[in-house]
Amino acid sequence: MSEARFAHAINRALDDALAADPSVLLLGEDIANAGGTFAVTRGLLDKHGPDRVIDMPIAENAIAGMAVGLALGGFRPVVEIMFMDFMTLTMDALVNQAAKLHFMFGGQSAVPMVVRTQHGGGLNAGPQHSQCLEAWFAHIPGLKVVVPATLDDAYALLRSAIDDPNPVLFVENKALYPMKGALSDAPPAAPIGKARIARAGSDVTIVSYGAMVHQAMAAAEQLAGEGVSAEVIDLRTVQPWDEAAVLASLAKTHRLVIAHEAVEAFGVGAEIAARMAQIGFDELDGPIMRVGAPFMPVPFGRGLEVDYMPSAARIVEAVRATDV
Amino acid sequence: MAEARGAAARGAAHGRNARAPELIELYRRMVTIREAEKSCGALFAAGEIPGFIHLSDGQEGVSVGVMASLRADDTIASTHRGHGHALAKGLGLDGFFRELMGKADGACKGRGGSMHVADLSVGMLGANGIVGGGVAIALGSGLAQKLRGGDGLAICFFGDGALAEGIVHESLNIAQLKQIPILFVCENNGWSEFSPTSTQVTFTLEKLAAAYGIPYVGADGSDVETVAELAADVVDRVRRDRGPAVLEFATTRIRGHYEGDAQRYRQDKAPPVDPLLVARARLDERGVPAAEVEAIEADIRAEVRRAVEAARLSPDPTLESAAEEVYAPVEATA
Repeated sequence: MSEARFAHAINRALDDALAADPSVLLLGEDIANAGGTFAVTRGLLDKHGPDRVIDMPIAENAIAGMAVGLALGGFRPVVEIMFMDFMTLTMDALVNQAAKLHFMFGGQSAVPMVVRTQHGGGLNAGPQHSQCLEAWFAHIPGLKVVVPATLDDAYALLRSAIDDPNPVLFVENKALYPMKGALSDAPPAAPIGKARIARAGSDVTIVSYGAMVHQAMAAAEQLAGEGVSAEVIDLRTVQPWDEAAVLASLAKTHRLVIAHEAVEAFGVGAEIAARMAQIGFDELDGPIMRVGAPFMPVPFGRGLEVDYMPSAARIVEAVRATDV
Repeated sequence: MAEARGAAARGAAHGRNARAPELIELYRRMVTIREAEKSCGALFAAGEIPGFIHLSDGQEGVSVGVMASLRADDTIASTHRGHGHALAKGLGLDGFFRELMGKADGACKGRGGSMHVADLSVGMLGANGIVGGGVAIALGSGLAQKLRGGDGLAICFFGDGALAEGIVHESLNIAQLKQIPILFVCENNGWSEFSPTSTQVTFTLEKLAAAYGIPYVGADGSDVETVAELAADVVDRVRRDRGPAVLEFATTRIRGHYEGDAQRYRQDKAPPVDPLLVARARLDERGVPAAEVEAIEADIRAEVRRAVEAARLSPDPTLESAAEEVYAPVEATA
């Protein structure tokens, strides 16, 4: 166990995956010589060489398409797309190609590739460098979507994503990169699709993922002071999401809040709310509440962005609205 | 005529390549594609092939000529007009017809169909419903060939319509930058779906290749011998030098963009140059007995008929079995 930054947990996962499996290789813009925009791949070129850590030109569509070809050719490419906003440029390769091939070719081949990217606000990066677009990808049959919240999970989930025979979108929240925390020497395995109870509670369930888990934890802390016991579920994987874990928690608390940084409309929270209204209706003692960003592009200005981003205070408000 | 025959009709000077298969064998393979396509047209008209199909009549010379130099471990990525590529690369008629008819024992279990047919066991990485969609996949496959060592290569087939797609430009740049063993093969039939390609792009592929510093050869795609000889040379070079090359063949799209397309937009009235007729005439010139050629044609017709009959008797897939393969099971490659 050591103290490290979130970015370092990802760096270590990539380093260990490269060392463990010769078919793993990294592709991305500025990931080799420059060590990545957020220094996440720093040092990996020196350790693993230019055939494993490959700088690519600024051509997201081709990079993602090449990863599909590499995956079909027996490699396990891990692509870095610098900002999630730039995933728009990879959509054919991801949505029409990578996601479909296993199904469309009748199971002839898997497409074991990972696309690492980062989402989220907090850096005043404005409308084209801050979006949380994970719901798009969760909507595509054939893709998996993983969003870690802690250092151990960042490590373990990335190793799981690289081992997975399917295309996995691995979303890191840019505001988490500098976060310090405990990183286990051997982080416990985190299988894709399994949620984690981040804090046990009995009065209300708060479901979240990624950086918003930390806001949910802060909200739970505040609520505890008011005598309300909140259970925080860290989803870890958005697609496939752990329906059973959410339902089990709802059966215990009978109240549900879903919080994410992405805009609320048509988001991950909408899917979870709809499913729980359907299969957990009898467990509900109050309305299901969603906390998300307002339906607007991420604004640039400092105060604007602070007001825009969902907060612990808004989660607390939502909990109160569940009739707790 | 220029409208429908693309920009690469100039024949490039070349010598007879000893490794190219004999014309009679090339002809046999072209007839297989043509007869299969004829059956596809009939089955589609009869409602036995669902969806929509894009026949490759007129382009057999390129499929057969290029594929004659490839090995099973070489990979190709194809286009929505991919029947000829798939058959020439080694997909069997049974898997082919069963797939196009949507049967459970089709090459892709009836989930891909005409525009997505693939056979990874022979290095055929799939037709592609997206114009240009296979180009970067082939590029990645070529990089895989390079990183694995050995002398395998990747080929992407694309039509002239894809020249306007950004992915072609991105991929040419990366292929040269990273020295990837890939052969870009453009089948230039002069048509971007319903529009003459001359109204869509401001450049020629020859100039584009030159801009990226990639060796280019253009030739007449209706002459299967020319294609086979050129391809043998260029494939050898890509194998040896581990870098990209571009081949462009002027071809003819005899049928419409899709089957059922009345082609009212076409102004070219000259009869299309048919690679099968070109090859057939040459066989006559060389004294190959007509009876021998006709026997080959009859055999292939019988083979295609048999495959179609077998496909008709094949079972339909179930939604349950399809649902099981949205994701590859984690334990499969863990």
